[in-house]
Amino acid sequence: MSEVDVQIPTAFDPFAEANAEDSGAGSKEYVHIRIQQRNGRKSLTTVQGLKKEFSYNKILKDLKKEFCCNGTVVQDSELGQVIQLQGDQRKNVSTFLVQAGIAKKESIKIHGF
Amino acid sequence: MAEDNPNVDLKEEVAELAPFDPSKKKKKKKPVASSDLADDSLDKLTEKTESLSVSEGVENAFAGLKKKKKKPVEPDFLNEETGDAVEDLDDQIKEDEEGEGIVLQTRYPWEGTDRDYEYEELLGRVFNILRENNPELAGDRRRTVMRPPQVLREGTKKTVFVNFMDLCKTMHRQPEHVMNFLLAEMGTSGSLDGQQRLVVKGRFAPKNFEGILRRYVNEYVICNGCKSPDTILSKENRLFFLRCEQCGSGRSVAPIKAGFVARVGRRKAGT
Repeated sequence: MSEVDVQIPTAFDPFAEANAEDSGAGSKEYVHIRIQQRNGRKSLTTVQGLKKEFSYNKILKDLKKEFCCNGTVVQDSELGQVIQLQGDQRKNVSTFLVQAGIAKKESIKIHGF
Repeated sequence: MAEDNPNVDLKEEVAELAPFDPSKKKKKKKPVASSDLADDSLDKLTEKTESLSVSEGVENAFAGLKKKKKKPVEPDFLNEETGDAVEDLDDQIKEDEEGEGIVLQTRYPWEGTDRDYEYEELLGRVFNILRENNPELAGDRRRTVMRPPQVLREGTKKTVFVNFMDLCKTMHRQPEHVMNFLLAEMGTSGSLDGQQRLVVKGRFAPKNFEGILRRYVNEYVICNGCKSPDTILSKENRLFFLRCEQCGSGRSVAPIKAGFVARVGRRKAGT
Protein backbone atom coordinates (compact mmCIF):
# COMPACT_ATOMS: atom_id res chain seq x y z
CA MET A 1 0.00 0.00 0.00
CA SER A 2 2.76 2.39 0.91
CA GLU A 3 4.35 1.94 -2.49
CA VAL A 4 1.20 3.03 -4.21
CA ASP A 5 1.14 6.08 -2.06
CA VAL A 6 4.64 6.99 -3.06
CA GLN A 7 4.05 6.48 -6.75
CA ILE A 8 0.89 8.51 -7.03
CA PRO A 9 1.21 11.58 -4.90
CA THR A 10 -2.40 12.62 -4.61
CA ALA A 11 -3.73 14.97 -2.04
CA PHE A 12 -6.51 12.63 -1.09
CA ASP A 13 -5.77 9.05 -0.29
CA PRO A 14 -9.03 7.10 -0.39
CA PHE A 15 -7.54 4.28 1.61
CA ALA A 16 -6.08 6.41 4.32
CA GLU A 17 -8.78 5.49 6.74
CA ALA A 18 -8.70 1.84 5.92
CA ASN A 19 -4.95 1.70 6.34
CA ALA A 20 -4.91 3.64 9.53
CA GLU A 21 -3.87 1.91 12.69
CA ASP A 22 -7.24 1.86 14.39
CA SER A 23 -9.43 1.33 11.37
CA GLY A 24 -10.87 -1.87 12.69
CA ALA A 25 -11.98 -0.17 15.85
CA GLY A 26 -14.56 1.82 14.00
CA SER A 27 -16.24 -1.09 12.33
CA LYS A 28 -16.07 -4.12 14.52
CA GLU A 29 -13.52 -3.99 17.26
CA TYR A 30 -15.79 -2.54 19.82
CA VAL A 31 -15.08 -2.74 23.47
CA HIS A 32 -18.24 -4.19 24.91
CA ILE A 33 -19.13 -3.37 28.45
CA ARG A 34 -21.95 -5.48 29.72
CA ILE A 35 -23.80 -5.96 32.92
CA GLN A 36 -25.22 -9.09 34.31
CA GLN A 37 -27.59 -9.52 37.16
CA ARG A 38 -26.79 -11.80 39.99
CA ASN A 39 -28.87 -12.70 42.97
CA GLY A 40 -30.43 -9.85 44.87
CA ARG A 41 -29.21 -6.45 43.85
CA LYS A 42 -25.78 -7.66 42.97
CA SER A 43 -24.38 -7.50 39.52
CA LEU A 44 -21.32 -8.17 37.43
CA THR A 45 -19.66 -5.99 34.84
CA THR A 46 -17.80 -7.61 31.98
CA VAL A 47 -15.40 -5.87 29.67
CA GLN A 48 -14.79 -7.65 26.42
CA GLY A 49 -12.85 -6.79 23.31
CA LEU A 50 -9.89 -4.83 24.61
CA LYS A 51 -6.88 -4.96 22.35
CA LYS A 52 -4.74 -8.04 22.62
CA GLU A 53 -1.58 -6.07 23.18
CA PHE A 54 -2.68 -4.78 26.52
CA SER A 55 -1.86 -6.63 29.65
CA TYR A 56 -5.25 -7.51 30.99
CA ASN A 57 -3.92 -8.18 34.41
CA LYS A 58 -2.43 -4.75 34.75
CA ILE A 59 -5.59 -3.08 33.56
CA LEU A 60 -7.59 -5.17 35.96
CA LYS A 61 -5.34 -4.25 38.82
CA ASP A 62 -5.88 -0.57 38.17
CA LEU A 63 -9.59 -1.00 37.69
CA LYS A 64 -9.88 -2.82 40.96
CA LYS A 65 -7.93 -0.18 42.77
CA GLU A 66 -9.86 2.64 41.19
CA PHE A 67 -13.34 1.35 41.83
CA CYS A 68 -12.61 -0.54 45.03
CA CYS A 69 -14.08 -3.74 43.76
CA ASN A 70 -12.87 -7.20 43.07
CA GLY A 71 -12.58 -8.79 39.69
CA THR A 72 -10.87 -11.37 37.56
CA VAL A 73 -9.71 -12.02 34.07
CA VAL A 74 -11.74 -14.86 32.62
CA GLN A 75 -10.46 -16.96 29.77
CA ASP A 76 -13.26 -17.61 27.33
CA SER A 77 -12.93 -20.17 24.58
CA GLU A 78 -14.34 -17.92 21.83
CA LEU A 79 -13.94 -14.42 23.03
CA GLY A 80 -10.50 -14.65 24.54
CA GLN A 81 -9.90 -12.82 27.74
CA VAL A 82 -12.66 -10.98 29.47
CA ILE A 83 -12.38 -8.72 32.46
CA GLN A 84 -14.99 -9.28 35.08
CA LEU A 85 -15.71 -6.83 37.84
CA GLN A 86 -18.07 -6.93 40.75
CA GLY A 87 -20.89 -4.48 40.82
CA ASP A 88 -22.29 -2.13 38.22
CA GLN A 89 -19.12 -0.42 37.00
CA ARG A 90 -20.18 0.34 33.44
CA LYS A 91 -19.91 4.10 33.65
CA ASN A 92 -16.74 3.92 35.65
CA VAL A 93 -15.07 1.50 33.30
CA SER A 94 -15.89 3.48 30.20
CA THR A 95 -14.59 6.72 31.64
CA PHE A 96 -11.50 4.95 32.89
CA LEU A 97 -10.75 3.38 29.52
CA VAL A 98 -11.17 6.67 27.74
CA GLN A 99 -9.03 8.56 30.21
CA ALA A 100 -6.29 6.01 30.15
CA GLY A 101 -6.30 6.03 26.38
CA ILE A 102 -6.95 2.32 26.17
CA ALA A 103 -10.04 2.71 24.03
CA LYS A 104 -11.74 5.52 22.20
CA LYS A 105 -15.08 6.77 23.23
CA GLU A 106 -16.66 5.82 19.90
CA SER A 107 -15.42 2.28 20.11
CA ILE A 108 -16.93 1.60 23.52
CA LYS A 109 -20.35 0.05 23.57
CA ILE A 110 -22.21 -0.09 26.81
CA HIS A 111 -24.86 -2.77 26.88
CA GLY A 112 -27.54 -3.52 29.37
CA PHE A 113 -30.41 -1.42 30.56
CA MET B 1 -74.74 43.97 17.73
CA ALA B 2 -75.52 47.63 17.74
CA GLU B 3 -74.42 48.02 21.28
CA ASP B 4 -71.24 46.11 20.66
CA ASN B 5 -70.03 48.33 17.91
CA PRO B 6 -69.15 51.53 19.70
CA ASN B 7 -67.25 49.58 22.27
CA VAL B 8 -64.90 48.10 19.77
CA ASP B 9 -64.60 51.28 17.82
CA LEU B 10 -63.40 53.13 20.85
CA LYS B 11 -60.69 50.62 21.39
CA GLU B 12 -59.55 50.96 17.86
CA GLU B 13 -59.33 54.65 18.00
CA VAL B 14 -57.07 54.45 20.94
CA ALA B 15 -54.92 51.76 19.53
CA GLU B 16 -54.64 53.06 16.04
CA LEU B 17 -53.11 56.34 15.20
CA ALA B 18 -51.99 55.42 11.73
CA PRO B 19 -53.06 57.82 9.03
CA PHE B 20 -55.77 56.49 6.86
CA ASP B 21 -55.56 56.48 3.13
CA PRO B 22 -59.04 57.04 1.80
CA SER B 23 -58.09 56.20 -1.76
CA LYS B 24 -57.82 52.59 -0.82
CA LYS B 25 -61.12 51.40 0.39
CA LYS B 26 -59.76 49.48 3.25
CA LYS B 27 -60.52 49.26 6.83
CA LYS B 28 -58.07 48.17 9.36
CA LYS B 29 -58.80 45.39 11.65
CA LYS B 30 -58.32 46.22 15.23
CA PRO B 31 -55.14 44.92 16.80
CA VAL B 32 -56.05 41.63 18.33
CA ALA B 33 -52.85 41.05 20.16
CA SER B 34 -54.38 41.81 23.52
CA SER B 35 -57.88 40.60 22.85
CA ASP B 36 -59.18 37.25 23.85
CA LEU B 37 -61.28 34.75 22.01
CA ALA B 38 -64.62 36.23 22.81
CA ASP B 39 -63.36 39.52 21.57
CA ASP B 40 -62.28 37.83 18.40
CA SER B 41 -65.67 36.45 17.56
CA LEU B 42 -67.18 39.76 18.38
CA ASP B 43 -64.71 41.30 16.05
CA LYS B 44 -65.82 39.06 13.27
CA LEU B 45 -69.37 40.05 13.77
CA THR B 46 -68.56 43.70 13.73
CA GLU B 47 -66.59 43.21 10.61
CA LYS B 48 -69.57 41.69 8.94
CA THR B 49 -71.83 44.50 9.84
CA GLU B 50 -69.29 47.05 8.87
CA SER B 51 -68.63 45.46 5.55
CA LEU B 52 -72.31 45.77 4.92
CA SER B 53 -72.32 49.38 5.84
CA VAL B 54 -69.29 49.98 3.70
CA SER B 55 -71.00 48.59 0.70
CA GLU B 56 -73.82 50.99 1.40
CA GLY B 57 -71.45 53.84 0.95
CA VAL B 58 -70.92 55.09 4.45
CA GLU B 59 -67.22 54.85 3.87
CA ASN B 60 -66.55 58.54 4.22
CA ALA B 61 -67.98 58.74 7.64
CA PHE B 62 -65.78 55.91 8.68
CA ALA B 63 -62.76 57.45 7.10
CA GLY B 64 -63.20 60.55 9.14
CA LEU B 65 -63.29 58.47 12.25
CA LYS B 66 -60.13 56.55 11.35
CA LYS B 67 -62.05 53.39 11.09
CA LYS B 68 -61.03 49.92 10.26
CA LYS B 69 -59.06 49.56 7.13
CA LYS B 70 -60.30 46.50 5.49
CA LYS B 71 -61.35 45.43 2.09
CA PRO B 72 -65.08 45.28 1.96
CA VAL B 73 -65.08 41.76 0.64
CA GLU B 74 -62.58 40.49 3.07
CA PRO B 75 -64.62 39.50 6.10
CA ASP B 76 -67.11 37.38 4.22
CA PHE B 77 -64.36 35.65 2.42
CA LEU B 78 -62.59 34.96 5.65
CA ASN B 79 -65.56 33.68 7.48
CA GLU B 80 -66.91 31.37 4.94
CA GLU B 81 -63.78 29.81 3.67
CA THR B 82 -61.03 29.38 6.13
CA GLY B 83 -62.04 30.49 9.55
CA ASP B 84 -59.65 30.68 12.40
CA ALA B 85 -56.37 29.65 10.84
CA VAL B 86 -56.35 32.51 8.41
CA GLU B 87 -57.66 34.79 11.08
CA ASP B 88 -54.54 34.10 13.04
CA LEU B 89 -52.38 34.53 10.00
CA ASP B 90 -54.03 37.83 9.31
CA ASP B 91 -53.32 39.03 12.76
CA GLN B 92 -49.71 38.15 12.39
CA ILE B 93 -49.33 39.93 9.11
CA LYS B 94 -51.09 42.90 10.44
CA GLU B 95 -48.81 43.08 13.42
CA ASP B 96 -45.82 42.89 11.16
CA GLU B 97 -47.06 45.71 9.04
CA GLU B 98 -48.15 47.83 11.92
CA GLY B 99 -44.98 49.83 11.88
CA GLU B 100 -45.46 51.02 8.35
CA GLY B 101 -48.39 53.19 9.20
CA ILE B 102 -50.57 52.38 6.24
CA VAL B 103 -51.67 48.89 6.71
CA LEU B 104 -53.16 46.75 4.06
CA GLN B 105 -55.25 44.29 5.88
CA THR B 106 -55.25 41.49 3.41
CA ARG B 107 -54.90 37.78 3.20
CA TYR B 108 -51.55 38.01 1.47
CA PRO B 109 -49.04 40.78 1.70
CA TRP B 110 -49.01 41.48 -2.01
CA GLU B 111 -52.73 41.98 -2.31
CA GLY B 112 -53.70 45.49 -3.23
CA THR B 113 -50.28 46.30 -4.59
CA ASP B 114 -48.77 45.49 -7.95
CA ARG B 115 -45.33 44.58 -6.75
CA ASP B 116 -43.77 41.25 -7.44
CA TYR B 117 -44.30 38.31 -5.15
CA GLU B 118 -41.43 37.44 -2.94
CA TYR B 119 -40.28 33.88 -2.63
CA GLU B 120 -40.78 33.72 1.11
CA GLU B 121 -44.32 34.96 0.84
CA LEU B 122 -45.23 32.49 -1.86
CA LEU B 123 -43.67 29.72 0.15
CA GLY B 124 -45.71 30.72 3.13
CA ARG B 125 -48.84 30.77 1.01
CA VAL B 126 -48.22 27.29 -0.31
CA PHE B 127 -47.66 25.92 3.15
CA ASN B 128 -50.77 27.59 4.47
CA ILE B 129 -52.87 26.08 1.74
CA LEU B 130 -51.27 22.74 2.26
CA ARG B 131 -51.87 22.88 5.97
CA GLU B 132 -55.52 23.75 5.47
CA ASN B 133 -56.27 21.06 2.97
CA ASN B 134 -54.25 18.12 4.17
CA PRO B 135 -52.30 18.76 7.32
CA GLU B 136 -50.36 15.50 7.22
CA LEU B 137 -48.40 16.63 4.16
CA ALA B 138 -47.26 19.90 5.61
CA GLY B 139 -43.93 18.56 6.67
CA ASP B 140 -44.44 18.59 10.39
CA ARG B 141 -42.65 15.38 11.11
CA ARG B 142 -44.79 13.28 13.30
CA ARG B 143 -42.96 11.47 15.99
CA THR B 144 -43.36 7.79 16.13
CA VAL B 145 -45.06 7.02 19.34
CA MET B 146 -44.70 3.71 21.00
CA ARG B 147 -46.60 2.74 24.02
CA PRO B 148 -44.48 2.32 27.12
CA PRO B 149 -43.66 -1.23 28.02
CA GLN B 150 -45.84 -2.80 30.66
CA VAL B 151 -43.83 -4.89 33.03
CA LEU B 152 -44.91 -7.21 35.79
CA ARG B 153 -42.90 -9.09 38.33
CA GLU B 154 -43.39 -12.80 38.37
CA GLY B 155 -42.26 -14.00 41.74
CA THR B 156 -39.06 -12.29 42.74
CA LYS B 157 -36.71 -13.45 40.06
CA LYS B 158 -38.61 -13.16 36.82
CA THR B 159 -40.00 -10.22 34.93
CA VAL B 160 -42.91 -10.39 32.51
CA PHE B 161 -43.06 -8.00 29.60
CA VAL B 162 -46.78 -7.85 28.93
CA ASN B 163 -47.23 -5.85 25.75
CA PHE B 164 -44.21 -7.31 24.03
CA MET B 165 -46.26 -8.53 21.07
CA ASP B 166 -47.95 -5.17 20.61
CA LEU B 167 -44.65 -3.40 20.48
CA CYS B 168 -43.27 -5.91 18.00
CA LYS B 169 -46.27 -5.28 15.82
CA THR B 170 -45.93 -1.52 15.97
CA MET B 171 -42.29 -1.85 14.98
CA HIS B 172 -43.09 -4.47 12.29
CA ARG B 173 -40.42 -6.78 13.55
CA GLN B 174 -40.32 -10.46 14.23
CA PRO B 175 -40.81 -11.14 17.93
CA GLU B 176 -37.91 -13.57 17.83
CA HIS B 177 -35.57 -10.90 16.60
CA VAL B 178 -36.66 -8.41 19.22
CA MET B 179 -36.46 -11.06 21.88
CA ASN B 180 -32.97 -12.04 20.87
CA PHE B 181 -31.86 -8.47 21.08
CA LEU B 182 -33.46 -7.86 24.46
CA LEU B 183 -32.02 -10.99 25.96
CA ALA B 184 -28.58 -10.38 24.54
CA GLU B 185 -28.54 -6.84 25.85
CA MET B 186 -29.74 -7.78 29.28
CA GLY B 187 -27.46 -10.77 29.44
CA THR B 188 -30.12 -13.10 30.69
CA SER B 189 -32.34 -15.83 29.43
CA GLY B 190 -36.04 -15.74 28.79
CA SER B 191 -38.86 -17.02 26.67
CA LEU B 192 -42.33 -16.32 25.41
CA ASP B 193 -45.10 -17.73 27.53
CA GLY B 194 -48.54 -19.01 26.59
CA GLN B 195 -50.08 -15.56 26.20
CA GLN B 196 -47.21 -14.37 24.04
CA ARG B 197 -45.66 -12.39 26.82
CA LEU B 198 -41.96 -12.25 27.28
CA VAL B 199 -40.69 -13.74 30.50
CA VAL B 200 -37.19 -12.67 31.39
CA LYS B 201 -35.04 -13.97 34.17
CA GLY B 202 -33.92 -11.24 36.49
CA ARG B 203 -35.42 -8.08 37.88
CA PHE B 204 -35.92 -5.22 35.49
CA ALA B 205 -37.77 -1.95 35.69
CA PRO B 206 -39.96 -0.72 32.82
CA LYS B 207 -37.40 2.01 32.28
CA ASN B 208 -34.75 -0.58 31.54
CA PHE B 209 -36.89 -2.16 28.87
CA GLU B 210 -37.62 1.22 27.43
CA GLY B 211 -33.95 2.08 27.12
CA ILE B 212 -33.15 -1.16 25.40
CA LEU B 213 -36.11 -0.86 23.05
CA ARG B 214 -35.00 2.63 22.20
CA ARG B 215 -31.63 1.28 21.22
CA TYR B 216 -33.28 -1.48 19.24
CA VAL B 217 -35.40 1.01 17.33
CA ASN B 218 -32.39 3.16 16.58
CA GLU B 219 -30.38 0.27 15.31
CA TYR B 220 -32.87 -2.00 13.64
CA VAL B 221 -35.95 0.06 12.81
CA ILE B 222 -35.20 3.68 12.02
CA CYS B 223 -34.03 4.47 8.50
CA ASN B 224 -30.76 6.36 8.57
CA GLY B 225 -31.64 8.49 5.62
CA CYS B 226 -35.11 9.78 6.36
CA LYS B 227 -35.59 8.72 10.00
CA SER B 228 -38.84 7.01 9.20
CA PRO B 229 -39.69 3.85 11.08
CA ASP B 230 -41.41 2.39 8.03
CA THR B 231 -38.74 -0.16 7.23
CA ILE B 232 -38.41 -3.81 6.47
CA LEU B 233 -35.77 -6.08 7.94
CA SER B 234 -34.84 -8.93 5.66
CA LYS B 235 -32.22 -11.61 5.75
CA GLU B 236 -30.15 -12.20 2.64
CA ASN B 237 -27.58 -14.92 2.78
CA ARG B 238 -26.90 -14.66 6.47
CA LEU B 239 -26.81 -10.89 6.55
CA PHE B 240 -29.55 -8.67 7.83
CA PHE B 241 -30.55 -5.77 5.64
CA LEU B 242 -32.81 -2.90 6.47
CA ARG B 243 -34.78 -1.38 3.63
CA CYS B 244 -36.76 1.79 3.99
CA GLU B 245 -40.26 1.89 2.59
CA GLN B 246 -40.36 5.66 2.49
CA CYS B 247 -37.17 6.61 0.71
CA GLY B 248 -36.03 3.25 -0.60
CA SER B 249 -32.60 3.37 0.96
CA GLY B 250 -31.08 0.30 2.46
CA ARG B 251 -28.36 -0.56 4.87
CA SER B 252 -26.95 -3.59 6.52
CA VAL B 253 -27.36 -4.03 10.22
CA ALA B 254 -25.17 -5.90 12.63
CA PRO B 255 -26.28 -9.33 13.65
CA ILE B 256 -27.24 -9.77 17.25
CA LYS B 257 -24.45 -11.21 19.30
CA ALA B 258 -24.89 -12.27 22.84
CA GLY B 259 -21.30 -11.68 23.83
CA PHE B 260 -19.76 -12.94 26.98
CA VAL B 261 -22.07 -14.21 29.65
CA ALA B 262 -20.47 -14.98 32.94
CA ARG B 263 -21.49 -17.93 34.96
CA VAL B 264 -23.65 -16.87 37.82
CA GLY B 265 -25.34 -19.09 40.31
CA ARG B 266 -23.89 -22.14 41.80
CA ARG B 267 -21.73 -24.42 39.84
CA LYS B 268 -21.81 -28.14 39.81
CA ALA B 269 -19.08 -30.12 41.44
CA GLY B 270 -18.19 -31.83 38.19
CA THR B 271 -17.24 -28.81 36.16
